Amino acid sequence: METSTQESIRLETKDLTVRYGVTTGVQNVSAQVYDKHVTALIGPSGCGKSTFLRALNRMHDLGADIDVSGQVFLDGENLYASSMDPVVVRRRVGMVFQKPTPFPTKSIYENVAAGLRLVGTRKKSVLDEVVERSLTDAALWDEVKDRLRSPGGSLSGGQQQRLCIARALAVDPEVLLMDEPTSSLDPMATRRIEELIQKLKDKVTIIIVTHNMQQASRVSDYTAFFYVGELIELSPTEQVFSNPKEARTKEYLSGEFS
Amino acid sequence: MTLRARYARDRFAEAMFVLATLVVIVPLFFIIFHVVVNGFSALNYEFFTEELGSPSRAMQGRPAGLVHSIVGTVIIDLVALGMAVPFGISTGIMMSEFQEHPLAPVARLMTSTLNGMPAVLMGLLAYALVVKNTGGFSALAGSVALAFVMIPIIARTTESVLRVTPWSLREAGLALGLPRWRVTTALVIPAARAGVVTGILIAFARAAGEAAPLLLTSLGNNFLSFDMTRPMDTLPQRIYSLAISPYRQWHSMGWGAAIILLLFVMITFYVGRVVINRMEKQFRG
Ligand SMILES: Nc1ncnc2c1ncn2[C@@H]1O[C@H](COP(=O)(O)OP(=O)(O)O)[C@@H](O)[C@H]1O
Ligand SMILES: [Mg+2]
Repeated sequence: METSTQESIRLETKDLTVRYGVTTGVQNVSAQVYDKHVTALIGPSGCGKSTFLRALNRMHDLGADIDVSGQVFLDGENLYASSMDPVVVRRRVGMVFQKPTPFPTKSIYENVAAGLRLVGTRKKSVLDEVVERSLTDAALWDEVKDRLRSPGGSLSGGQQQRLCIARALAVDPEVLLMDEPTSSLDPMATRRIEELIQKLKDKVTIIIVTHNMQQASRVSDYTAFFYVGELIELSPTEQVFSNPKEARTKEYLSGEFS
Repeated sequence: MTLRARYARDRFAEAMFVLATLVVIVPLFFIIFHVVVNGFSALNYEFFTEELGSPSRAMQGRPAGLVHSIVGTVIIDLVALGMAVPFGISTGIMMSEFQEHPLAPVARLMTSTLNGMPAVLMGLLAYALVVKNTGGFSALAGSVALAFVMIPIIARTTESVLRVTPWSLREAGLALGLPRWRVTTALVIPAARAGVVTGILIAFARAAGEAAPLLLTSLGNNFLSFDMTRPMDTLPQRIYSLAISPYRQWHSMGWGAAIILLLFVMITFYVGRVVINRMEKQFRG
């Protein structure tokens, strides 16, 4: 963390603004996300964390009346350029949601294989290999290897969330977005996901929204504090928690408002 | 209010529900009873193996039956279903999943209008489109007419079951980098398939009972035919023509035909239920 100056930027936003009709979700956010590190987004409820996160893989595209302006660069390429296909963007920038969302009609195996199989990869040997690797990376393989054909919905909540992580990893994304991935899980399941995030950051750049300060300090290398749609501060996590630059960050962390 | 008054009110409300339910059940039971009593005597072996032929057959006591109507109903209804399902489901998908498309509101207006139109108009439509252009009544024209009856029902039910599948399912698919059409066909439709199948069954049962559109299209035939380009017999249209015929023997066969039509619809629903239950079970833990 202390070597932040030598780290390379993987994803960067410039003046990113998202509006829902007349309501502003986030405004003029310029942020840098470092390669193979975990960046946590914190801030009070409704401050724009999810809005910002969803702009990074163009999930806002389908919402009627949602307006996104500014730029998002992934490896220097603007994801909002007119030549950029949102489907390709979402393969490069994966997402895990607050509530686990296994595909209800698909088995554990098919859930993980879906991202490949549904766009044309048919070869069983390839799929088998990807499924095993992704489930292993998501720390779920040992628990499910004997029942890959059972429905994804038959797993516990924590397992379902790891299944969703495996499913996202299967298409080999460069960046993984997680929107409060543990908020519906019990403490044990939360712990497992946090450990998993630590392991995954060697392979993929992670951005995680959390409303839990302890979680941010446990899992992240960088922390971004949002307040009323604006990015107030983005610094190494240690620094944000021990010695924030901005008064508002300090107030928030000390619980003066929420 | 005293406790006793509350009990009384509770019992009164319950009595009203029972009464209302009876109002629904009793006439239905009466219809079935009446049909069975009048038609049962006509259901002999010949009924299922012989053609109707000319009126003299039955009058003279020679064997006559409705095998040609039963076979014709199955053929025309299944062909109609084959035509209606792809169009109905696609229109339902358009209305639910591609709401921003300029065709979506048009489709919604059309399906609700068609849903409320009497089936005889579907017969007229098929008459104008198929009978006029091919130069004659045909089983195919009958299937087209029944498909017109089925399509708006299938489209509407598909739309409403897709709309209640959670948005999060679509987001999860899109976030994986799947194109929208793939999310729809591989994730949303399968998740809603019990509802889609139910809609298809309702449309099928509804169309299977229609006589009016068939009188203008498949016309009817006293003999067994498998030729889609020629007139073909069906149970609803046969019930109608037997009923308005002057022959006593034919009246009784008409009641028999009604029993078969009822059974046909009931079996369809039963098989549908079994299929749906099996699909549902597959994805429960
Ligand atoms: N779909 C939406 N339509 C309209 N306003 C929205 C929508 N989603 C979020 N907002 C608004 O945008 C702001 C930021 O919300 P959000 O990004 O969900 O915050 P957070 O994730 O930090 O709790 C809030 O004021 C919220 O009411
Ligand atoms: Mg949120």
